[in-house]
Amino acid sequence: MAKLKLPVPPIPPQLKPLPKRPGKVYGPQTPLEHAGEAAATAVGWIDERTSLSGAARWMMFRKVPKGTNWFYTLGSATMFSFLSQAVTGIFLAMYYVPSSTRAYESIRYINNDVFLGEFVHGMHKWGSSMMVILIFLHMGRTFFFGAYKYPRELNWVIGVVLLILTMTMSFTGYLLPFDQRSYWASIVGVNINGTGPLVGPYLSDFLRAGPNFGATTLSRFYAIHMLLLPGAIAALMGFHLYLVAKLGTTAPPWQRATSSEELREEQVSS
Amino acid sequence: MNRQEKERYLREYGQLKAKGKPFFPYAVAKDGAMAVLVMAIIITMSIVLGAELGPKADATTTTYTPRPEWYFFFLFELLKVIKPPALVPLATIGIPTIGMILLFLLPFYDRNPERRIERRPIALTAGVLTIFAMGFLTYLGASAGPPSEIDVPVPANIAAQGPKSLAAFKAGQTVVAQSGCGGCHKFGENGNDGPGPALTEIGRRLPAAAIARTLVNPTAPMPSYQGLQESNPKQFDEMVYFLSSLK
Ligand code: HEM
Repeated sequence: MAKLKLPVPPIPPQLKPLPKRPGKVYGPQTPLEHAGEAAATAVGWIDERTSLSGAARWMMFRKVPKGTNWFYTLGSATMFSFLSQAVTGIFLAMYYVPSSTRAYESIRYINNDVFLGEFVHGMHKWGSSMMVILIFLHMGRTFFFGAYKYPRELNWVIGVVLLILTMTMSFTGYLLPFDQRSYWASIVGVNINGTGPLVGPYLSDFLRAGPNFGATTLSRFYAIHMLLLPGAIAALMGFHLYLVAKLGTTAPPWQRATSSEELREEQVSS
Repeated sequence: MNRQEKERYLREYGQLKAKGKPFFPYAVAKDGAMAVLVMAIIITMSIVLGAELGPKADATTTTYTPRPEWYFFFLFELLKVIKPPALVPLATIGIPTIGMILLFLLPFYDRNPERRIERRPIALTAGVLTIFAMGFLTYLGASAGPPSEIDVPVPANIAAQGPKSLAAFKAGQTVVAQSGCGGCHKFGENGNDGPGPALTEIGRRLPAAAIARTLVNPTAPMPSYQGLQESNPKQFDEMVYFLSSLK
């Protein structure tokens, strides 16, 4: 059997296992000990067939430059808020009915009767604000740190697409409770859309699913909100993170490698 | 950036990265702490603020406030800042589209290899101004409550026509006030000045028939009141009567 190649975390020397001594038997002996190794064996079995441990090691043990600070956590925080939206969204979808006659009642049922319903609904509602705030903060960080410059231009472009998708996500989600506020705000929103040049009217027609705002509009918004956009966002997020791991996280702009020629020149001239 | 600059960047970055720490567990610990904080905030907001539900959507009613979620306020407020009707497409689509294009292409027109923000005066100014403008517009949107009361003096000719006209005028005033028109139009002292034109003297500019036509078939982004006309023609007529007597 192939030897299991789990990534090894950097452990302080005192905690490292002692070197093997001759004359001692290592490894599982009794069937019970073999059973205890089941998890490791299973991971080894999968790894032998997929070689995923290399990818895990590549992702987790890449180096991050010195001096990266708390601002660098904003990207992953955006990702966590998205995951929170995904999980709470799944629970809401278990009770929500995307029909213009029953949507409102189903949300009211979630709020009033489902166990922890209003709590999950509230997390989804406020989580959307959180995600929008975090995505803007993350964008601000990459802007002010010049992180969009060579070689990370493409990651910036993907980021802008993610920003647009996130805003579209909140726009389509806002209609779903189907109360007065969301209903009329969505009508105005779609109308504003319709004033756009060339594609504007077509986009509005597509969103409304016809010339009038009606029952089909709601199911269309629902499908976009819970299938199309989350799928697109998850895929692009994966690509975004792949590029972050591949290109490496930027060092803070003020950080200089002391051996760089530039710095030596600076020191000489000053 | 030319080739030399690129190579210099990659070289220096390689050195900085080599001296760095592994992502796991150092960065993961920070990210994890941040994730816990984010979840704590979301959970707290959900418990404290809940998920309130307004009255059920009704295409035929007249009480609504067309307000978007707060993070769209800056877009909505652009409509109010830019008034002339000819320029409205500029506000609805022009500025956001240009902003989006500028955002997309940023790495392609900003080719300055410098990364320290204090040495990028144009980027610094543009960034700070953008944040300031969006913050200001969001603040405007948040503080402009959709007024649901209209208090205009009764025109002399209506008062002179007797109590029946006066009652119709008052009824129309209530319908208009409850219909959220004030969210986008100004009526004397009440209502928001824009995105729509002021209606204080609309009766002088448009005859009743034209007003009714606009209500059924408005220019975007105004919603149509066809639903009201079909379900409650009396209220619709009162609305038109009130508006056409504003002179
Ligand atoms: C769903 C939204 C997004 C997620 C989940 C996300 C996630 C991440 C993560 C985890 C990183 C690693 C470094 C860090 O956290 O700062 C990163 C880096 C980056 N992101 Fe995003 N991001 C999102 C949206 C955006 C947006 C809107 C932009 C810009 C328009 C953007 C541009 C970048 C750039 C340029 C980097 C490289 C930064 C560096 O290496 O220092 N991202 N992103």
